Amino acid sequence: MMKTLSEKIARFGLALSLSVASATLVAGPVSAAEEEVHATPHYPLVHPTQEPWSFAGVFGKFDTAQLQRGYQVYKEVCSACHSMELMSFRNLGQPGGPNFSEAQVKALAATFQVQDGPNDAGDMFERPARPSDRFPSPFPNPEAAAASNNGKAPPDLSLMGKARAVERGFPWFVLDIFTQYQEGGPDYIHGLLTGYKEPPAGTEVGPGLHYNVGFGSGPAIAMAPPLSDGQVTYSDGTPETVDQYSRDVAAFLMWTAEPHLDARKRIGFQVILFLIVFAGLLYFAKKKIWAKVAH
Amino acid sequence: MSGPSTYQPQNAFLKWFEARLPIGGLIHSSFIVFPNPRNLNYWWTFGGILAFMLVAQIITGVVLVMHYTPHTTLAFSSVEGIMRDVNYGWLLRYLHANGASMFFIAVYVHIFRGLYYGSYKAPREVLWILGMIIFLLMMATGFMGYVLPWGQMSFWGATVITNLFSAIPIFGETIVTWLWGGFSVDNPTLNRFFSLHYLLPFMIAGVVVLHIWALHIPGSNNPTGVSVKDKQDTLPFHPYFTVKDALGLVVFLIVYMWFVFYLPNFMGHPDNYTAANPLVTPAHIVPEWYFLPFYAILRSIPDKLGGVIAMFGAIAVLFVVPWLDTSKVRSANFRPLYRQFFWILVIVSIGLGYLGSRPAEGGYVIASRILTVYYFFHFLVILPLLGLFEKPKPLPASITESVLGKGAANVTAGAPAAPQTK
Repeated sequence: MMKTLSEKIARFGLALSLSVASATLVAGPVSAAEEEVHATPHYPLVHPTQEPWSFAGVFGKFDTAQLQRGYQVYKEVCSACHSMELMSFRNLGQPGGPNFSEAQVKALAATFQVQDGPNDAGDMFERPARPSDRFPSPFPNPEAAAASNNGKAPPDLSLMGKARAVERGFPWFVLDIFTQYQEGGPDYIHGLLTGYKEPPAGTEVGPGLHYNVGFGSGPAIAMAPPLSDGQVTYSDGTPETVDQYSRDVAAFLMWTAEPHLDARKRIGFQVILFLIVFAGLLYFAKKKIWAKVAH
Repeated sequence: MSGPSTYQPQNAFLKWFEARLPIGGLIHSSFIVFPNPRNLNYWWTFGGILAFMLVAQIITGVVLVMHYTPHTTLAFSSVEGIMRDVNYGWLLRYLHANGASMFFIAVYVHIFRGLYYGSYKAPREVLWILGMIIFLLMMATGFMGYVLPWGQMSFWGATVITNLFSAIPIFGETIVTWLWGGFSVDNPTLNRFFSLHYLLPFMIAGVVVLHIWALHIPGSNNPTGVSVKDKQDTLPFHPYFTVKDALGLVVFLIVYMWFVFYLPNFMGHPDNYTAANPLVTPAHIVPEWYFLPFYAILRSIPDKLGGVIAMFGAIAVLFVVPWLDTSKVRSANFRPLYRQFFWILVIVSIGLGYLGSRPAEGGYVIASRILTVYYFFHFLVILPLLGLFEKPKPLPASITESVLGKGAANVTAGAPAAPQTK
């Protein structure tokens, strides 16, 4: 494998050939002819829209109620196939997150069974989960996950809010520095979950694949549409639509990817304010020291 | 570091200590009374900024190592452990990761400042070459540091870059196997990269000492490029340049913190939040942004060995700039033609960086080739010829004259010289 790879680098066709190859692997060709015309098709077919996230911008903060709803969607829908190995139940109670109470976290954890052991007899045993336990994975290993999901293991969701984004391109990536746009991940997730459409006439979707205009690696994705209107029952009167579910679970996945975002933005504001005042003082100190010197 | 020290400690203990180890005098003559040209502008504050960044990277790095596990099965999750469970671990890691980018931003400004004002010319050739050695060490350190989180880009970036050495005739494959410590990028590779990533910054610190030593022999260049002629051309380092450098540093820190707290992943790649998987290749393998111009040069040559030679050549050519530039005038302020070619070079370098981030196909390849040719043309043809044909503008007689205007130099000489007499 290494040998062919190095040859490809030599012909500097690496990125191109691999992108086509991986798109084919993951998504399967919609139609071979179309891929020949556009050497590198631009996916997703529809660029994700910039959603008004509560956690965007200088004073951005997670919306606790939204994170709780997002957790509900994750638990009732996503967790059936996707693992979230980096998260523990205790995280659900930490500040800047869904902020469940200690009792709620204990109760939530206890609804899961986890394997523990070995006990004194040397046997593994099942017990209700505690807050210190990680979220249990739906499959024992990636192979089992792949076997149950059409040959492709559903990716772990812990970091999904930061592990996916659509390339911004010039000049947006420059402007993003000033507008602080860092929400490419949740925008992508929202675009993906709301991106299932009827394929246009003439487009053939491979077996086991689903046409999705929000998918970043091809025209169709292996994941079947996971959400439908009314599927998850919210207790706070929030609309029970696919769009709302997508928004809530995308926010939740941003939190699991960056659980300290609230603290980061709060401290950042204080740090930058301090530095601006400090720079101002230094400016006047410098002016005074240099006042008598032409330079 | 230059000349006998004028340091006179008052305190009895300091007197006793100074007689045994004159370190106070060294600091005093290097950073207190050291004479700097009075006309240094804010582009000269980047030297101090770079010194700060090196120290900041070492401190954050040392603490990160306390929580990091250099093993392929644990590296990724230990970094996430830092992000989630270590107190302010997210801050340490974002400071360190963005610190690397800011370090490179500062070093590129510093290098281009040297190119603009001719700071590499006699008698500062050794100073320049030491700087280039630091730059090379920084690149090695940055590359190996990016591998440590063991994400997809870490793994595939390491695979692509180490594979470059297989272009070496005859021994290529052997060398790559030796670098990897096996037959692919794997745990031995991660371990040695970790070891070297910890070692190289201290080597950088060593070369920085030599760099400052070599700087303090001729002293700083200045925007006019005219050498210091007498005392009134200079001001003592403290308080004039300590306060100016401090202001430059704090403004730089505002930008740095803007990224750390509000755009911490702007300069990273989303794929690096997916754990390394040798069986899945990312759609586009791109190195860190600060390598992109060199990556574009590498890919612009339709031959692997040629590409590797061009890439290293692009850095090597910088080492010999002092001898490629035939002009006797240092500062581009007095070189009307060089000044224009300098800015073209800046645009070409940024253009190469952009092209390095694009897939190697179609128009991007053609553009990369044109800019690569121009990059070498600038150093190998324009620079030597310009010195022969360019008619420089008249130089000021001295730094003081350029600051105060002709004739005024002697009138106000007393005021600026006063602080030096204390």
